[in-house]
Amino acid sequence: MSTRENCDKVLLVQADFDGELDAAQSAALVTHRETCPYCREAWTHLSDTRNAVRQEASYHPASEALRRHLEQRLIRAGMTPAAAHRRPGARGARLLSWWRSLLGFGLGAAMATVAVLMLVQPVPSGDIADFVMGSHVRSLQPGHLVDIASNNQHNVKPWFDGKIDFAPPVKNLADQGFPLEGGRLDYLKNREVAALVYRGGQHLINVLVWPADGGPEAPQLLERDGYNIVHWREKGMTLWAISDLNTAELQNFVARWRTHP
Amino acid sequence: MHLDAAHNLARWLLRDPADAEDVLQEALLRAFSYFPSFRGTNARAWLLQIVRNTAYAALKKRRGIHMVNLGADTEAESGNMELADPGDDPEVQLIRSEAQREIDTLLQQLPLDLRECVILRELEELSYKEIAEIIGAPIGTVMSRLWRARRLLSKAASAGAYAS
Repeated sequence: MSTRENCDKVLLVQADFDGELDAAQSAALVTHRETCPYCREAWTHLSDTRNAVRQEASYHPASEALRRHLEQRLIRAGMTPAAAHRRPGARGARLLSWWRSLLGFGLGAAMATVAVLMLVQPVPSGDIADFVMGSHVRSLQPGHLVDIASNNQHNVKPWFDGKIDFAPPVKNLADQGFPLEGGRLDYLKNREVAALVYRGGQHLINVLVWPADGGPEAPQLLERDGYNIVHWREKGMTLWAISDLNTAELQNFVARWRTHP
Repeated sequence: MHLDAAHNLARWLLRDPADAEDVLQEALLRAFSYFPSFRGTNARAWLLQIVRNTAYAALKKRRGIHMVNLGADTEAESGNMELADPGDDPEVQLIRSEAQREIDTLLQQLPLDLRECVILRELEELSYKEIAEIIGAPIGTVMSRLWRARRLLSKAASAGAYAS
């Protein structure tokens, strides 16, 4: 059988090879290949070429150093996750999720850098909720949730000693359905804060704690890009609880936390 | 991750590591400032489109500066370290890296408009529609460029290692 020089169906054969056709079209081309040596050979070449390219060609992922460099560059240009938070509504959330899909786990480094920048560049106090949300989002990245993993408040509380200049109130609400998962250090605005992590069913709750500037303040409910936030002041501490729990459950958690001895 | 795809594309279009990093940085800055006007749903294709356009602009500028030097002259740096399987014995690795160098060279020698189609299709595994969006051409053009690119690769390699 002599090989034909060409066949006007070869681009369709290629489309079939690339998975671009539906089942009926594909079946018709299988039949065609049985009678067309040119297209049969084309299929073999397509397959060999694909194997060679996919198996042997260099793939150039961005190096860790480049990723970090780009993060720094974007942050210097003011294109930060915090800026994404400040954009209204769904658009901000989309930009944030896009940033995350772009830079992946680098978000943690980016947020840490944002926090460092804040040491020299004070921001309006109204942005605390954005920082709280940034901290929460970052904590959900693998390996960022807790510095000390423990269900025991008697392990978590002393862990903070010497790491921060205050003693955060660490409570375990396991018997109320909100077991303590652990704690970590975090940076919000220009100070170190304690983060306590609780679990409520499938949901994680971050409670960020630092010394208060003012007197007691009743819990207030906020919402940022789908996360619920409750903040209040008591016993000389400012507390921010954030979670993707619904508002009723998060308020329930806060009420139980506050009444727990 | 999008950033890896963006870097890979820039690297293959520019054939130079430093230029690719510059283009990637500029493309990201553009992407972040254009983002408010992005209405689509495929953020990866959208980013790759910006990378591609930025790369073309850089190539045009580079061509203005160096009238020549567009050949496949980056062979020395293209044999890369990160893809080596640590478990392979040295001989297998040597053969493998030779095959890799050969394919890399063939790809680098493809004309730019054909090369980008192959990279997007085979390495990023994008659909015709996505590739058409990225290169700003009809799907029919994507199909014929892919076909030409693959035929060139196949012919060039028929004397070489993989078409045994």
